[in-house]
Amino acid sequence: MTNTENHTVIIGAGHNGLICAAYLAKAGKKVTVLEAGEQVGGAAITREFAPDFKVSAAAHLVFLLDKHVRKELSLDSSGLSFSQRNMKTTALAADGHHLTIAGSSLQGLNISDKDRVAMKEYLRFMGKFAGVVNRLNNRIPPRVGTHNRSDWIGLAKTALNVRLLGKKDMREFLRIAGINIYDVLQENFENPLLKGALSMDGVLGTNLGPRSNNSVFCALQRLSGLQGMATPKGGMGAVSATLADVASRHGATIRTSAEVSQILLDGDHVSGIELADGEQIAASTVISSADPKTTFFELLGARNLEAGFARRVQNIRMRGNVAKLHLALDGIPEFKGLDQERLADRILIAPDIEYVERAFNQSKYGDYSIKPVAEITIPSLKDDSLAPTGQHVLSAIVQYAPYQLKAGWDSEKDVFTEKLIDLISEYAPDIRSQILHKELLTPVDIEREFRITGGHWHHGELAIDQSLMLRPVPRAAQYASPVDGLYLCGAGSHPGGGVMGSAGRNAARAVLGAKDSEDGNA
Amino acid sequence: MSQTSRQNTIERVDFSHKSHYLTKAFKSPFYSRQEPLNHLKEWGRWADYLSPAAYTCSAMEYFACRNTCTVFDLTPMTKYHISGTDALPYLNRLVTRDVSKIKPGRVGYSVWCADDGQVVDDGTIFHISEGVYRLCSQERHLDWLMTNTIGFDVSLHEETHDVAALALQGPTSCATLKRMGLEDIENMKMFDIRHFPFEGTQLMVSRTGFTGDLGYELWIDPNHAEALWDRLFEAGQLHGIKPMGDEALQMLRVEAGFIQAGHDFMPAHATVRSGYTRSPFELGLGWLVDFKKPVFNGRKALLSEKENGHRYNLVKLDIDGNKPGCDSYVFTKNKKQIGTVTSAAWSPSAKASIALASVEAPHGEPGEELLVEIYYQKELKWSRVMAKARVVKDVFWNPPRKRMTPPDDY
Repeated sequence: MTNTENHTVIIGAGHNGLICAAYLAKAGKKVTVLEAGEQVGGAAITREFAPDFKVSAAAHLVFLLDKHVRKELSLDSSGLSFSQRNMKTTALAADGHHLTIAGSSLQGLNISDKDRVAMKEYLRFMGKFAGVVNRLNNRIPPRVGTHNRSDWIGLAKTALNVRLLGKKDMREFLRIAGINIYDVLQENFENPLLKGALSMDGVLGTNLGPRSNNSVFCALQRLSGLQGMATPKGGMGAVSATLADVASRHGATIRTSAEVSQILLDGDHVSGIELADGEQIAASTVISSADPKTTFFELLGARNLEAGFARRVQNIRMRGNVAKLHLALDGIPEFKGLDQERLADRILIAPDIEYVERAFNQSKYGDYSIKPVAEITIPSLKDDSLAPTGQHVLSAIVQYAPYQLKAGWDSEKDVFTEKLIDLISEYAPDIRSQILHKELLTPVDIEREFRITGGHWHHGELAIDQSLMLRPVPRAAQYASPVDGLYLCGAGSHPGGGVMGSAGRNAARAVLGAKDSEDGNA
Repeated sequence: MSQTSRQNTIERVDFSHKSHYLTKAFKSPFYSRQEPLNHLKEWGRWADYLSPAAYTCSAMEYFACRNTCTVFDLTPMTKYHISGTDALPYLNRLVTRDVSKIKPGRVGYSVWCADDGQVVDDGTIFHISEGVYRLCSQERHLDWLMTNTIGFDVSLHEETHDVAALALQGPTSCATLKRMGLEDIENMKMFDIRHFPFEGTQLMVSRTGFTGDLGYELWIDPNHAEALWDRLFEAGQLHGIKPMGDEALQMLRVEAGFIQAGHDFMPAHATVRSGYTRSPFELGLGWLVDFKKPVFNGRKALLSEKENGHRYNLVKLDIDGNKPGCDSYVFTKNKKQIGTVTSAAWSPSAKASIALASVEAPHGEPGEELLVEIYYQKELKWSRVMAKARVVKDVFWNPPRKRMTPPDDY
């Protein structure tokens, strides 16, 4: 091992790993990022899934990217650009009378005035509440039960945030934050398409149905970016490439095809890492952007943890229930009743809220949805770098597809793929004849390709009991782990997943401030 | 990356054949022998077993133990069987002491903590044969022990009901076992384990106990329990053997300075209120904490406690007068309340009122003079005395024969 006293190793070049690296390098640290895959980006990558067809392999929309990260790392002047911004959402109806949501304005047939008014009010209070969540997201969560001054201030600030909503809104916030989105939407809206579409905010990427607790919380997390949805030019990989550029420019070293197999210890302190090929790299600080189970069990080893902590890690809920469908299309698909412009926006198959809940039902018992829900984008309509001229790629997040499928994904993957194409065909009847290539990533594939335990995109269910000072688990929720010198910076930490980057930024701040804190991690 | 690999096998205890929901309490495999001897018919409950509080007279049973020998049924003691490739690293992460120093055929006393360094329980680790261990404790810990298997290749099962056990304690215990035919028993050292053939099965003997005197513990298949009892009493007849219940044991263990869960500390996992538990340092068990070994449950918290100081001291008190200081407050000479008595007894052997007490640090240095507020009743009239007490260093009963090998032949 080389002698590198103040060397920081970051495991994984996902967006959080890269952001953390950029901040630390900027602060003058000697940083090496080690990525197991052939390209940087983790689950924020663009890759070829068929010859000449490229797609954002996991996440495909940007809407949460931390504005501090964007500003502090000057992403916009570093080459990050978008092919689409402020995307509208169209909820497909079987009869072709779709509903389009553009901000608070609703377009479509049979939309009542009541719904139009309710929509404005809904966005007002949800936006306001999401602001509370947003302010919590870019802070290191305070700890409870300590005598540390900064913890008390953090807790007081959290309470103050909520109190500043005003009496009426605070009461409403406290009423709905923990409940389910089904109830909230039923209270406010009439139109089934609208309720279906809005319910997706609460369940996309999660293991929840609209009637599950925490679905309002997830919707607030989703809205907390307080920005419109966008697709990066060149796909999600462009975000990661920009981040890697920025990190490199600040002096970080990034190595791909460097799979970390073990975190090395010297007594109570990390001493470095070992790569799968046996190479050892010394480091005084190791920061993992891998999910907490991978970090603590696979890389560190549960036996190097205290048992109560290991139990908490084991109990993190992180079973993926989401699949990703990629289609290479020979031509522009034709959706009944959908014009070209809206086709390039965000399209949902979630025709009503009961439909969404029913889709979730089967997954509870280990089956995939008979009638799945989907979030579809066709990014190649506005970005010609993704497919040959005249041809297109369709990228769809589809649920529900449980990680632990009763029948097993080996035999069911092709069946489910066909089911999904059938589903889309209900709205775009000729699409099957246009398909040149197809790819489905089940949670098992996602686990393998992106090295995420359980294939859960958020590295752990987004839920109140797995948030803030409880994410991923107490004693690791301030990014420092119980092992000296080992930190977390991935989506498994506060505030969670989505291409947000706050976890990476917060972790860097925790690492930089670690010496100032009054009593380390209690 | 797959789910955490859990190769360990955990056998769950099947209580169904015990029909405990019908009987409300288990009967020990020695019950048929205990029952006629239990003249008082006073049965206590210990971990769901019927356990005699006293057979005839607790004072007589106490004196039998200090002068001849007594038999105490410790079958209800919680016992776990731990084996497998990772048995040693598993135990080393579980408890605070270095288990690798407990060689095969030896027993070690230890204490184990939760992550926050607070004591879950204390007990004994029997290294029965290479890599095969038995963990004995007063409280039940299956949940915690299962939690501890995450990441270890170990086999863990509870064997509380599968092993019958007797403690034979007192000066004539060695002679009794010798007469029973256990060859070379006199050369067993303290904390040794040996196996002897016994009527077609194996009898395990350890030189351990909870009385602070010469003594042994006998472990056997419950199907041979009655035969063991009979042979023991037959052999011990001339050595003054007597059955003994829990009341006498309490006096004996306080004299010996042994602490007990639920009396002298609250087991961490059974404690709801924050700050009501104790660390090993606060129980005088700092010598069991080995920081030289890597991670173990509580290590970080205990390191910090070692650096920043602990809150309490567990002390032995020699109290003036003859009133046992049960449940009393402890004060400084200036009447500042600093703690409570956790266990107390009149010690017939030391001829003193003795106690274990938990006092706020830094109080509790040997030689410190304290006051114990004792309430007592005389013919229904309550009185109170602020009895003077001294913190003492040594336990109240520690005869040389406890560790002498071979012990004197009585």
